[in-house]
Amino acid sequence: MVEHADIRVVHRGGSKINFRAPVISDDSRLLLCASGECVKVYSTSTEECVHHLRAHTDVVTGVVLRPSNHLQVYSCSMDGTIRLWDFTDAILIKTYVIGQPIYSIYASAQHNGMFHLVAVHLQQSTEQLVEARELSVVISHVSSNPAAIAFGRAGEYLASTKGLQLEVFFLKKQKSNRFSLKEENKKGRKNTFSCVTCHPTDDCIATGHEDGQIRLWRNFSHKKEYTYSTLHWHHTTVGSLCFTPEGTNLLSGGVESVLVQWRYNQDTQRDFLPRLGAAITHVTVSPDGTLFTTTHSDNSKSCYTLTAQALLICLYCSRESIETDLLIDPRSKALVMNGKPGHLQFYSLQRDKLMYNLDIVQQEYIYQSDLQQFEVVKAAFNSSGNWLATVEREQKDAELELNLKLWAFDDQTQSFVLNTTISAPHENRITALCFSPATDSQTTTVLVSSSKDGHFKAWQLTYLQYEGPCWSCDFVGAYHGLVPSCCCFSADGSLLAVSFQEVVTVWSSASWELLTTLSQPPGDIRDLCFGQLSCSKYLLGTSTSNLLLCWNLLTCSCKITAPLLMYTSLPTFAVIAASFSSLLSVFVFKPSEPRPIFSQKAVCSGKVMRAVFAPREEMLESCEESSQWLNRCQLYFLSQHMDLMTFTTKAEEDKLMDSSKQLVIDDTVAMTPFHLLLGKRRKEREDSARPYTAGLPMSLTHVSSPSQLLQTPAHVLPSTSYLCSMFVRSLLISVTDNRSVTQYSYSTNTHSSAFTGFILHGSTSVPK
Amino acid sequence: MASFKPTKIHVYPKLGEKVTQDTLYWKNYKAPIQIKQFGAVSNVAFSPVAPYNFAVTAFTRIHIYGPFSQEPIKSFTRFKDTAYSGRFRSDGQLLVAGCEDSVVRLFDVGGKTALRMFKGHTKAVHLTDFTSDRYQIVTGSDDYSCRLWDIPNATELNTYREHTDYIRCGVTSKLNRDLFITGSYDHTVKLFDVRTDKSVMTMDHEQPVESLLLYPSEGLLVSAGGRFVKVWDLLKQGQPLVSLRNHHKTVTCLCLSKNGERLLSASLDRHVKVYNTTNYKVVHNFDYPASILSLALAPYDESIVVGMTNSVLSIKHKKSPSESKDSTSQQRRRPSYRMFVKGKNYIPKQDDFLVGKQVKEHLAKHDKQLKKFNVSKALDTALESWTRRRKPEVTVAVIKELNRRGTLKNALAGRDEQELSRILNFLIGNLVDARFTLVLVTPAEMILDIYRSIIGQSPVIDRQLLRLHELLERELDYQRELLEVLGMLDTLFASSLPRNAVECSGISSSNGFFLTY
Repeated sequence: MVEHADIRVVHRGGSKINFRAPVISDDSRLLLCASGECVKVYSTSTEECVHHLRAHTDVVTGVVLRPSNHLQVYSCSMDGTIRLWDFTDAILIKTYVIGQPIYSIYASAQHNGMFHLVAVHLQQSTEQLVEARELSVVISHVSSNPAAIAFGRAGEYLASTKGLQLEVFFLKKQKSNRFSLKEENKKGRKNTFSCVTCHPTDDCIATGHEDGQIRLWRNFSHKKEYTYSTLHWHHTTVGSLCFTPEGTNLLSGGVESVLVQWRYNQDTQRDFLPRLGAAITHVTVSPDGTLFTTTHSDNSKSCYTLTAQALLICLYCSRESIETDLLIDPRSKALVMNGKPGHLQFYSLQRDKLMYNLDIVQQEYIYQSDLQQFEVVKAAFNSSGNWLATVEREQKDAELELNLKLWAFDDQTQSFVLNTTISAPHENRITALCFSPATDSQTTTVLVSSSKDGHFKAWQLTYLQYEGPCWSCDFVGAYHGLVPSCCCFSADGSLLAVSFQEVVTVWSSASWELLTTLSQPPGDIRDLCFGQLSCSKYLLGTSTSNLLLCWNLLTCSCKITAPLLMYTSLPTFAVIAASFSSLLSVFVFKPSEPRPIFSQKAVCSGKVMRAVFAPREEMLESCEESSQWLNRCQLYFLSQHMDLMTFTTKAEEDKLMDSSKQLVIDDTVAMTPFHLLLGKRRKEREDSARPYTAGLPMSLTHVSSPSQLLQTPAHVLPSTSYLCSMFVRSLLISVTDNRSVTQYSYSTNTHSSAFTGFILHGSTSVPK
Repeated sequence: MASFKPTKIHVYPKLGEKVTQDTLYWKNYKAPIQIKQFGAVSNVAFSPVAPYNFAVTAFTRIHIYGPFSQEPIKSFTRFKDTAYSGRFRSDGQLLVAGCEDSVVRLFDVGGKTALRMFKGHTKAVHLTDFTSDRYQIVTGSDDYSCRLWDIPNATELNTYREHTDYIRCGVTSKLNRDLFITGSYDHTVKLFDVRTDKSVMTMDHEQPVESLLLYPSEGLLVSAGGRFVKVWDLLKQGQPLVSLRNHHKTVTCLCLSKNGERLLSASLDRHVKVYNTTNYKVVHNFDYPASILSLALAPYDESIVVGMTNSVLSIKHKKSPSESKDSTSQQRRRPSYRMFVKGKNYIPKQDDFLVGKQVKEHLAKHDKQLKKFNVSKALDTALESWTRRRKPEVTVAVIKELNRRGTLKNALAGRDEQELSRILNFLIGNLVDARFTLVLVTPAEMILDIYRSIIGQSPVIDRQLLRLHELLERELDYQRELLEVLGMLDTLFASSLPRNAVECSGISSSNGFFLTY
């Protein structure tokens, strides 16, 4: 097997962003969050990812703004380093090496010229403080949870919780007070601390507990005379606590996915922001107090303004198990998989962004620890993307509730609309779902579902006279009472292959006749797929005995049995079959040839969860034999850490790099209407002034506008007489410019609306 | 922040007929008016002139009803025995009726006593009709003969003795005064021409003929007898056209709708079937509570009159156009004038940013409670009597939602006698409904669990629990019987299926492989 140097595995998106609390920049325009080995910088207004801060070699465990410079940020990582970044331009400024894994980082605003760092090494359980690269232990025995430590008012003290103990360390006096709670109070609730935060202007520490209580500690500088009050709304663990910058409100969130806002000192008043989608893991407030950010356990992030309306950022939900497999929406070329509970998410591969969530179950999501929810377990698109079939399942003790839903694409709303719901389509869980490929518009689309109850059913679109199209069962098939495991249509839709444990049956889709059965070496069939284009005569399958099988349907003979340690599904596209072996290698086969045309070892760390072939929007013209399979499609796969990876060639990557450099976002000036008008004027002036200065030396060409003239040091300027004439001339230009505008306004004075149209037109051209 | 998703109420498919133009047409009748008669209603005949009164022959009386009155506007009671076949003349002035005592009586519709009595038959006369020239009467009797009478002289003109059994039905041609057709229990239908002494055409129905009907064009003849309805082409020498077998008991009466497009047949099996006369497919079906003896349609299908063996006359009137419109579309309330006018003429400019009015989400009562997690109150609102009776699927959906949330037990617990009996009532009413059984079994079990300790304290609850118990026992028996029938049917089907092995390209695939449609 040959290694191919020019094809490489590239990270294309995904990854967790809910690992640590995000940080909002001082002007509330950028949002930084740790994501795997890099820090992602998002714009809060456009929701786009602006920069990736890449340098760490292990998981980034903390991000914190530098108190002395609001344009810089520290990040710490498990690789034992702390790095200082200029996040607006994504420049690495400094690297501090600690040498031990760092779990979290905190900074205090009052200690100028230095930063405090609390690093916890799990084995030694020590806490270290670095001042100008010197380490000193502040508190030992701290929790590795970053929410368990917080700086108090003006950085005077440090609160740390672990287990049942709250420790307050006064940095000036270098002494600490410890307060511990009883293991269980009277009602048998757990008192364990889950998070802590300190009031920004008052001596008050708020702690969250596992029983859902929030305690506000006061007077804690005394060992004995301390007091606390209790707030209770959450019914299980308080996930995150946060004071607003002025300290007027306290925000808390937990698994209920409700953001609770408590009025400070008015304990009875509280506001709720319910149904945020998933359990809240972190709540942060921007330094100017205008934005709240909540991070959720499903890897989404939302920003809310104080009026609590706008959902600004919602990113790529990732789940523990993706039951629907990865699908490609033929219409939008988006990646489709399980999203929020009961939803399907459509995720744009090109932009690494969640497009939307489609509500499949249409039921109110209620969090409760042992509550069974409806789960979307299977989904399938037809070849044109007009129809989407989904299967949802609720397993409650012995009862199984299944729903098969068919969604039609609505051109007007540009989304899927529920067409037919079939409750209890099968008596047992559905193992596979596939649409027949529509070769032309006349043939009706057929959906085939196979189930563990030993039957497979064909569903057909029927047109009722008064109710429009809907789906009904057309055929029920079985074979010797065996359990069907997967089904697949041939490229022209004429054949249906259904595997029954060890046997593959081939049916004619026109008459539902059993045409032939295919046998194979022992082992149940796990996956089935027909070849496409020139290889459409081949049927491919994998079995539990780790074999890749290929049948030639013209001769009904088994052609290749390649002994491979198969472990993930093998999707096929064009003439390609790719397979993942347990050695984490990728092999790409042509069905007609027994030897792989491409192989790569160790594609990523950890298991490969799912893989899918996505068609390219434009074909590549690579002539090399080894990379030809990438011409028509791309193989995307999802690693254990929810990283989305793909294979690219070097040439393509270079092209992408070039295009990304062109994409510069000018965020320096806020886009107010005032700016739009003035900016336009200024820009015009600059543009028009340039031709007149063309005759000047290069160093002077920039001295064109009056403001720049004044800013330039006097000793580098040419003689005043020369400048004077230029200055006057530049003014002349602006006058003519104005005149043109006024002329225009005169000519269009009768239609005032046209005039506004002109100004708005000018304003839209400015940002470019 | 997502909005609250209301409880999903399952839409259960309506079983039964598809909605076609025919069903819409034939369903467009009001609820039937039922009038009790003195005996089985053997004949209903409409007057051919407005206001389209109809004569109902029942036992020894003939009543004439107006189109909308429920009381007879006229009755003829001077019969010595059971009267038969009261029919109007084409001008609606005269009415003729046969009788068990073999005398045929002719009445003036305005008068009381018989104008003429035609004596000559020796047995009961079941068929009487006027010829199209209005001066003669055709009668058929159980003495196997049919006779032609002259009205002005009250004399017998001719006697035809060709049938060999009772003559029970007949029809005269509306276009030719010389033709009439009789049907007899000797299985034959005969066409007579007055100008000759013999029948000119004989058709074999193969069953005792109960009713005859001529198409308005008089090219086709419909005969009913036994379970069969047969159509004959008279222009092709009585060639049989179709034989319809849609009833499972004797067909007793035939009728045509206003334009001859639909044929109606009534039978002892209590059904009236409506056929399309182009393809003779059944397009609609009416059910009646008893065996039907007579059927008549008013001109323009304004009403359907059916007489039954249980001596009930059932009259269905067509809904007036305004009534039928009301039922289909309820008018929505218009917004108030002020709301209507405000900003009405404002046209947004091209660059305007439109701020849409926030649509206030409307939640059902039970959803409002569910949103606040008030589980008991949610169940209470779902069990309100109107919802419980009219829309049990809403109640079931709420119970299902509570069960999904794991709070059904909380919602059911802590009820007093009245509330508990309401829940039990609902369970008794809907537990055996196949659509709801799966959902309702859980609350029934929970109620038994929760309230086991208080059984015996309240007679109301105890009675209801006993009823529930009985209901379940009955349902179990019923299900067992059904399974038995299914098993029997399976064996029947299995034995009747041909056993020939299918050869399938060298692989035998016939055994164990079956198809179900």
